[in-house]
Amino acid sequence: MPSFLRTVARCASVKPRRTISVATSQIRHLSSTSPLDPSVGLTDDQKELQSLARTFADNEFAPKMQEWDENQHFPVDVLRKGAELGFGGLYTREDVGGAGLGRLDTSIVFEALSTGDVSTTAYISIHNMCAWMIDTFGNENQRQKYLPKLTSMEHFASYCLTEPGAGSDAASLATTAVKKGSHYVLNGSKAFISGGGSSDVYVIMARTGGPGPKGISCFIVEKDFKGLSFGKKENKLGWNSQPTRAVIMEDCEVPVENLVGVEGQGFSIAMKGLNGGRINIGSCSLGAAQASIEAALEHVKVRKQFNEPLSNFQNTQFKLADMATSLLSSRLMIRQAAMMLDQNHPNVASYCAMAKLHATDACFQICDDSLQLHGGYGYLKDYKVNVYLRDARVHRILEGTNEIMRIVASRALLAD
Amino acid sequence: MSSNLRILVACKRVVDYAVKIRVNAAGTAVETANVKHSMNPFDEIGTEQAIQIKEKSGGKVEVIAVSCGSDKSQETLRTALAMGADRAIFVESAEELQPLAVAKLLKAVVEKEKPDMVILGKQAIDDDSNQTGQMLAGLLNWPQATFASKVELAEKAMTVTREVDGGVETIKTPLPAILTTDLRLNVPRYASLPNIMKAKKKPLTKLTIADLAVDVKPRLETLKVTEPPKRQGGKLVESVDDLVDKLKNEAKVL
Repeated sequence: MPSFLRTVARCASVKPRRTISVATSQIRHLSSTSPLDPSVGLTDDQKELQSLARTFADNEFAPKMQEWDENQHFPVDVLRKGAELGFGGLYTREDVGGAGLGRLDTSIVFEALSTGDVSTTAYISIHNMCAWMIDTFGNENQRQKYLPKLTSMEHFASYCLTEPGAGSDAASLATTAVKKGSHYVLNGSKAFISGGGSSDVYVIMARTGGPGPKGISCFIVEKDFKGLSFGKKENKLGWNSQPTRAVIMEDCEVPVENLVGVEGQGFSIAMKGLNGGRINIGSCSLGAAQASIEAALEHVKVRKQFNEPLSNFQNTQFKLADMATSLLSSRLMIRQAAMMLDQNHPNVASYCAMAKLHATDACFQICDDSLQLHGGYGYLKDYKVNVYLRDARVHRILEGTNEIMRIVASRALLAD
Repeated sequence: MSSNLRILVACKRVVDYAVKIRVNAAGTAVETANVKHSMNPFDEIGTEQAIQIKEKSGGKVEVIAVSCGSDKSQETLRTALAMGADRAIFVESAEELQPLAVAKLLKAVVEKEKPDMVILGKQAIDDDSNQTGQMLAGLLNWPQATFASKVELAEKAMTVTREVDGGVETIKTPLPAILTTDLRLNVPRYASLPNIMKAKKKPLTKLTIADLAVDVKPRLETLKVTEPPKRQGGKLVESVDDLVDKLKNEAKVL
């Protein structure tokens, strides 16, 4: 047995009840004087949305997070319960069952929800992005046909851009869509699709024209369309409460009325979606970091070494101050970029990219620092912080890797 | 049950149940500055009950939420409106309001609004007085059904199951009447995002103590508030006899 594991085991055997009490510990609200209070500077309306989302996260997500992670359980019932409150179409218009919120409001909701479960909230955010795409770029028939069932989460949606051979270089995607009479025939495969196999509606980018971004179009594909199939369920480091599968199209027939927008508009739709998607994912990182710091604060006040609570040591104090500072800077960047999305600011892409880059890196580091403050306990699955760490890790990779975020930001910087 | 009903629900703004409460520096009260507040959980159950009655009823039911206290109590009323109350009445008071004062204010509101039923939490989780509902019943000379765990409405009457020592008691009372809620009556709903937005547009009437001409002068004086003693660490005992001895003579539980 490696020595560090022995230490962990010894600690665990000395204080077994501590583990139980943390796993089921009652939620304590932070004092509103705490610099971690995420409601600072918000309007009364936003505070109410936040309070609802946090209460929902505390009651419906947090007690189940570890179980869903362990069993790779996709919590359909809880998702639908959240959809009753408006989480299924936060920034979808109200006539089709959406809540009609702005992007800043939505960010506040995702941040609060993800304190209870990052993985489940991240899936909700992807579902929301698909609904928004149909709402924004789809025609009235498409809106009325698909959105009421998506906003209620009777149906679930997945976003399909990435392919086995086209990740960061998304514009090189190889899935083809050839028009034959009243149908497009799609061939190709999509990789790492959140909700893949479980979702009912797939928003798929495929090539109708020549190479490059201008040849890409966007389609709504239903689960039981002929020629659509799925790969095996992927086994992942985190994000375990949502299934991930490849989506495979073999002569998949899609009616022409399921083309979103016009031919060649697909890549532009995908990129506009991703600007918001980056803010959504960054918001989920904020929630992970918030919950991780809250867990660390609880732990360092209770855990004693050298006859003192860890909170008495300056190392702990300084570390906590750094973590809080880092969370606040991330939150400010995410919220500013969200406001720019609401204002349709012309430079929004680079701000979303920088916010996503900073927030997902910094918040992952906060989760890791929290784990370190937990010592050996942090490495145990009985404690929650390991889940936040594993879930937040992927945010540095998806919705455009953080390396791509640097490309987006530097292109804007160097533009003449 | 199909007749028209008007239900008044009392909603008190209290320190949130999940907040670690602290006694203020002067030792005179619980610290309320910079602390999260929310609706008294028993009043939330009361609001839920009123909305359920409205939803199940064939007739027209109006649910009016009422709160007495500082300006911020309006937030609590917005919560009730977001849950589904039709309108709200806010009685503003900068002064401390004790249960008798609130009961008198509610009586004045009842005389204005003429509800068929007033629902209150059995107690508020801040002062735990468990008095306001009973006092209101006394002042109005109405029947009261307290600690309700189940309510069934009939024509101008209600059957209420009450949790009492050693079992449950079922009583029937004519309306109008006072109902106070116990924990197991229902599970309050979340207010949905669209309903939170709609709540802003629902009517909220503001009244002052002077409008209602009620003497709200405190009758009770709080001398001192102290925190419970800190938990002592555990002790290891040598033998079973030792344990029994300590339980008998130290803990005095045997």
